[in-house]
Amino acid sequence: MPIGDSIPPVGIRWDDALFVVLAATLLGSALMVVTLRDIIRCGLALTVSFASLAGIYALLGDPLVAATQILVYIGAISVLILFAIMMTQTKNAPARLVFQTQAWVAAVASVALAVVIAVAALATTWPAGGQRLSTATADVAHLLFSEYVLPFEVVGVLLTAAVVGAVYLARREPGRRDEDRP
Amino acid sequence: MSNSLDSYLVLSGFLFAIGTFGFLARRNAISMLMSIELMLNAVNLSILAFGAFVAPLKTHASVIALVVIAVAAAEATVGLAIVIAIYRNRRTPLVDEYDSMRE
Repeated sequence: MPIGDSIPPVGIRWDDALFVVLAATLLGSALMVVTLRDIIRCGLALTVSFASLAGIYALLGDPLVAATQILVYIGAISVLILFAIMMTQTKNAPARLVFQTQAWVAAVASVALAVVIAVAALATTWPAGGQRLSTATADVAHLLFSEYVLPFEVVGVLLTAAVVGAVYLARREPGRRDEDRP
Repeated sequence: MSNSLDSYLVLSGFLFAIGTFGFLARRNAISMLMSIELMLNAVNLSILAFGAFVAPLKTHASVIALVVIAVAAAEATVGLAIVIAIYRNRRTPLVDEYDSMRE
């Protein structure tokens, strides 16, 4: 059964409604990431914001990047962050003060940044069409392996170096015990 | 609304500003890394929005976004490893207690 272009009783277009819901979820969960007291909940809210961003990528007509966002960010980076949180949580760490003492300066600065970016984006006339163009995955693959093949290889080397470096940095030094671990 | 480039750019700007606030204001090193991820995601969103609305950039934007995602993954790996290595030595994840180079 085909569904119409807009939601029947209210007449709002489906993609507008989806955009509003996804954007509200994204901004709300991002605010939870930076304000919540419990850092585990910050990590889970970060996962929610990655997921809603994947929805926005799909809405922008880019299914390959949306799938990559789910695979890499939700599947890998969120899990990595949650592992790191659980490895660095101590019971005696002061949980009462999550912000720096000068957090209000940061708040003023970031509100100013948001206003400047919004005004600049709205005041500029972009050479853009009024319609979203969807990207074919086959075109992306062709471009990635022809014109962008050097960046692709460099990213492969970078990922290998990063993983080897991370293992080297995080490994336990031999003969040295972590003190005051119960 | 979903058919105008401006709304996506404003959304990405707000997300970037939220990430900036988190990076500047939080005390926990892992919270700061999470804020960096938010900022990288905001940049990716604006790249893909330009790609979706400007015809000559269409496929290039997807490729660049994929490269940015891969570099962000590398950054998160190394960053979290550094945080864990510092935590082994100092027993705290709070960045304002990493002040041994001050005096």
